[in-house]
Amino acid sequence: MDMATATELGYDDLPALLTRLTGDEKHDWSALSMLEVLWVLYDRVLGTDDRFLLSKGHGPTAFYAVLAAKGVLALELLDGFGTFDSPLGHHPDRLLVPGAEIGSGSLGHGLPIAVGRALAGRGVYVLVGDGELDEGSNWEALQYAGRVGPETLAVVVIDNDSSTYHWPGGIEQRFALEGWHAVRVDGRDHDSLEAAFGDRASGQPVCVVAEMLK
Amino acid sequence: MTMRARFYRAAGAAVQADERVALVLADIGVSALPRHPRVFNVGIREQLMIGVAAGLAMEGYRPVVHSYTPFLVERPYEQVKLDLGHQDVGAVLVSYGASYDGAREGRTHQAPEDIAILSALPGWTLQVPGHPDEAERMLMRALETDDRVYIRLSDEENDESVAGDGLVLLRDGPGPFVIAVGPTLGPTLAATAGLDLTVSYLSTVRPFPAEALRAALRGTDVVIVEPYLSGTSAAEISAALSDRPHRLLSLGVPNAEFRHYGDPQQHRAAHGLDASGIRAAIDRFNDRNRA
Repeated sequence: MDMATATELGYDDLPALLTRLTGDEKHDWSALSMLEVLWVLYDRVLGTDDRFLLSKGHGPTAFYAVLAAKGVLALELLDGFGTFDSPLGHHPDRLLVPGAEIGSGSLGHGLPIAVGRALAGRGVYVLVGDGELDEGSNWEALQYAGRVGPETLAVVVIDNDSSTYHWPGGIEQRFALEGWHAVRVDGRDHDSLEAAFGDRASGQPVCVVAEMLK
Repeated sequence: MTMRARFYRAAGAAVQADERVALVLADIGVSALPRHPRVFNVGIREQLMIGVAAGLAMEGYRPVVHSYTPFLVERPYEQVKLDLGHQDVGAVLVSYGASYDGAREGRTHQAPEDIAILSALPGWTLQVPGHPDEAERMLMRALETDDRVYIRLSDEENDESVAGDGLVLLRDGPGPFVIAVGPTLGPTLAATAGLDLTVSYLSTVRPFPAEALRAALRGTDVVIVEPYLSGTSAAEISAALSDRPHRLLSLGVPNAEFRHYGDPQQHRAAHGLDASGIRAAIDRFNDRNRA
């Protein structure tokens, strides 16, 4: 993580950054499903050598805002969001966005890549959505990772019940069945999120289901 | 030793000798390769196979990914496009089975489309060895780079390897300029025996050697014999010769559901890619020229 410190801002600055991205001053930014988790990861969890992979690349404004708040993205880049010459598109491109470890948008690609990086020994955090887990490629990855157990791998599932056919019994049960250390926490509770990411089990990857139900 | 056996021997040695090299498999080939911390068998999970290779490449490894052709190229095509191409990381994909090595296995195990669909993705080096020596040479070179390289192994092979890269001129004559790709060289040489034409050999089909073709071509007639989907390189040749009057005969596997089993030799003959089929096609091409 190459984080500059010159322009580092705080959590309370995020609404202004989001407004700068979208021009929307009336939005309830707390409704952004990823914002809280991203903030906790970047503010409290990620170590210098860790990598964060945004697999759910849809609606990346929260991601860009957090990167900007942490000084990874220049603040002035936020103004051109989605325009022709801007590096910030509606799905991130890792060759364009400082701090984006993968380009994403098509769902179900981040977790398999994260498994590969974890097999190399890297500390990896990958964010997926509960709807994204419809994609079968995720299940190839989470089954294999659960069996071979790269313990430097962490998945956070943003659960806002957006999967068309839902996950009866809870997503965390499915990860646990495959061999993961899996927990469900309130996705708006920063302390609980931080504790969940730190609650590691030997020989197991960890899955944190961040509940963001409306 | 077949191309496949040579690949296993060379890849197994490479993973033990070079700490950058990692092998990523989806059950196929596991028993032929050494157990090693950098040999990752992900089970029958081909999308994951490519994703894991991409992740390893991001961490500085040189992943070699291997499976049967349709399961390496077609099933995880979006992973090949995005996890490798769009993320801009390298890997060496080595397939086995080619177009109809799996004649008895049927359509599910045949991928004559592989070069065509990989050609649609930017930045790939696509290689079609015609001999085990060539296959091993391609692998060892690919391991020295960080490029995206595809090596297409087949049970079909030529009697001898061809030295040299690019478009290699083997015979010179005033008739059509024939390009034999990979393992089609043997039947092409047999088909053209006694004909006064040029025979050349090509095993690295992308990037296509446009300038070499322009430099070597004296007449107007080009014949390309490809062991995969017919016409795969037609657009490349057309673009290379766009400012010159020319005629092109593209021989290859027809774009059709071919519902027969049997052996590869029967498929080769049925597709017109044995010596007599190639000869007949060239004769028709020449007859039309004279008509």
